[in-house]
Amino acid sequence: MKKLLLAIALLLPSLAFAAGSKHPLDSADYDLTDKASLQNGARIFMNYCLGCHQQQYQRYSRTFADLGIPDDLGQEYLQFTGEKVTDYITSPMPAQDAAVWFGAPPPDLTLVARVRGADWIYTYLRTFYVDDAKTFGVNNLVFPNVGMPHVLQELQGTPRISYEEALIDGEMVQQYVGIQSDGNGELSPDEYDKAILDLVNYLQYTGEPSRLESEKIGKGVLVFIFIFFVFAYLLKKDYWRDVKK
Amino acid sequence: MNGLLKWIEQRIPMMRVANMHAIQYPAPVNMNFWYVFGFLATIVLVNQIVTGIWLTMSFEPSAERAFASVEYIMREVDYGWLIRYMHSTGASAFFIVVYMHMFRGMIYGSYQKPRELLWVFGMLIYLALMAEAFMGYVLPWGQMSYWGAQVIVSLFSAIPVIGPDLVIWIQGDYVISGATLNRFFALHVIALPLVIVILVFLHIIALHEVGSNNPDGIAIKHKKGALAEEDKTPYKIHEYYTDKYDIADDVVPFFPHIVLKDLVAFSIFLAGFAFIMFFLPEMGGYFLERPNFEIANPLKTPEHIFPVWYFTPFYAILKAVPDKLFGVLAMFGAIAALFALPWIDRGNVRSWRYRSGLHTWNLIIFAIVFVFLGYLGGTPQADWKIVASQILTVMYFGFFGLLWIYSKNEKTTPVPERITK
Repeated sequence: MKKLLLAIALLLPSLAFAAGSKHPLDSADYDLTDKASLQNGARIFMNYCLGCHQQQYQRYSRTFADLGIPDDLGQEYLQFTGEKVTDYITSPMPAQDAAVWFGAPPPDLTLVARVRGADWIYTYLRTFYVDDAKTFGVNNLVFPNVGMPHVLQELQGTPRISYEEALIDGEMVQQYVGIQSDGNGELSPDEYDKAILDLVNYLQYTGEPSRLESEKIGKGVLVFIFIFFVFAYLLKKDYWRDVKK
Repeated sequence: MNGLLKWIEQRIPMMRVANMHAIQYPAPVNMNFWYVFGFLATIVLVNQIVTGIWLTMSFEPSAERAFASVEYIMREVDYGWLIRYMHSTGASAFFIVVYMHMFRGMIYGSYQKPRELLWVFGMLIYLALMAEAFMGYVLPWGQMSYWGAQVIVSLFSAIPVIGPDLVIWIQGDYVISGATLNRFFALHVIALPLVIVILVFLHIIALHEVGSNNPDGIAIKHKKGALAEEDKTPYKIHEYYTDKYDIADDVVPFFPHIVLKDLVAFSIFLAGFAFIMFFLPEMGGYFLERPNFEIANPLKTPEHIFPVWYFTPFYAILKAVPDKLFGVLAMFGAIAALFALPWIDRGNVRSWRYRSGLHTWNLIIFAIVFVFLGYLGGTPQADWKIVASQILTVMYFGFFGLLWIYSKNEKTTPVPERITK
């Protein structure tokens, strides 16, 4: 029994968690103050991600309130399975089935931006490419052999990877050029990048919903501390004036 | 009002204690920037206790609920995010000020006779603080909490004979589990804070008995009758000190003079603290590590496991030694050497101002070695790093070895009789 457990403990990680790749990350220039972008990101999340991934630590009502979405509109357009507005954003997919279907349960995405970083998600969702050798017909540059289908393919179109032959150190090698959509998606390449940026913005928001409030209070606190410093310094100077140096 | 104060004073010595330990406590006039970190450490301790109390009101110490309850605090408790960041930033701030405080003690020889016990109490606080911080880091039950605990607890298995059983006893289970989390919670919120508060109390009592050291490393208390009347301090100093000694005109009362100085330092410290807390609470992954935003998963090992930055120098020493048992011994030896500092240093001049150039360099290199070990212990393993950490480990212990050798007959410069202005 002990040996079996050990074997599982040693083997499973390699199945569920592919090693990181060296693909350079594009920087995600997200803007937490852009409500329209956050709302679009939330829309994409609820439509495309929530089928498998959940945000079990965040309530719909919190998302709606922070993003400026009235509850009734949110319930009509962003909630699909009859939850209450105050419910947590959970997925209807049973985790155990998911683990069987995908090799690992799809991770919760509430905090994914804090785990992976915005740049990672931004690049990851834009580097799926057709690879017929894989179960879902796609592979990924940032997360090689990922066990996730390219859910956004209907937006992006069929992504194909292209290589060119290049002579490096006297050897012909295949060099990565880029990923191009066949153009059969709903969005143009620029629109797709923008849509992903909105989604990243939303995930960045749910990772830390208090970020904007924190920075707002922080500025006031720093001003207060500066004033406090001035008075503390003057008071200290006054008391130390008579101390012979 | 006066009547009430008198009534109280006759029943409990409030004013006498305040006078003895603050208003009429003689503090050297030349205490500089290095002398604010004890005060700051006390402030941070209070911060940790107060924010910790509020965190326990919503935290749930179970493997099932710990991670979710932290996110509940971050999202649904009013200003819960603020309290949590105050606590998490406070943990790192505690170690920053404590390391500065310890290095101050080293450069000005504050551990030397008669302050050996004061230093030992300080080291005990440091030890308790490390245990406190380690257990606190396990509580959010993220990936680093879990795997960090795994690495640290498994160190005890290196102990011959009883090791494996000891690990099970510590964990309260055959693996790190909810049982471990629960007992770490108990130790983190009750046992260790009590120990730390008592030790801090003893540290301060011991300090006030032997008196504060200063950058010159010389005494401000002189033998009774040794000083002429005009050389004595004009300030009112408590009889507890003046009965036994002549106090030179080199002191100011702790309150208000030193307290006001500390208050200025405090406001500068607070600005840095608030900036990190409000704008960069993760501090680039040093104060809150990225993998810890993912719930603990016993089946998924993170790519790299590091302790939090304040443990990494000792972690590098552990990894530098190829043998597990000897690695653990080296790590504990690194802390034990600090404990023994008052007896390793055989010199009788305290401050580096009046000691040899060799001593100055020894101290500076020691500080650099410590920081560099921290870097090595906190970044992914590489071949050159193993060699580097082995060299630096030897240099770490070399500091103590050299000190022991040269301090016996060290060439020092004359120490002034009175504090230099």
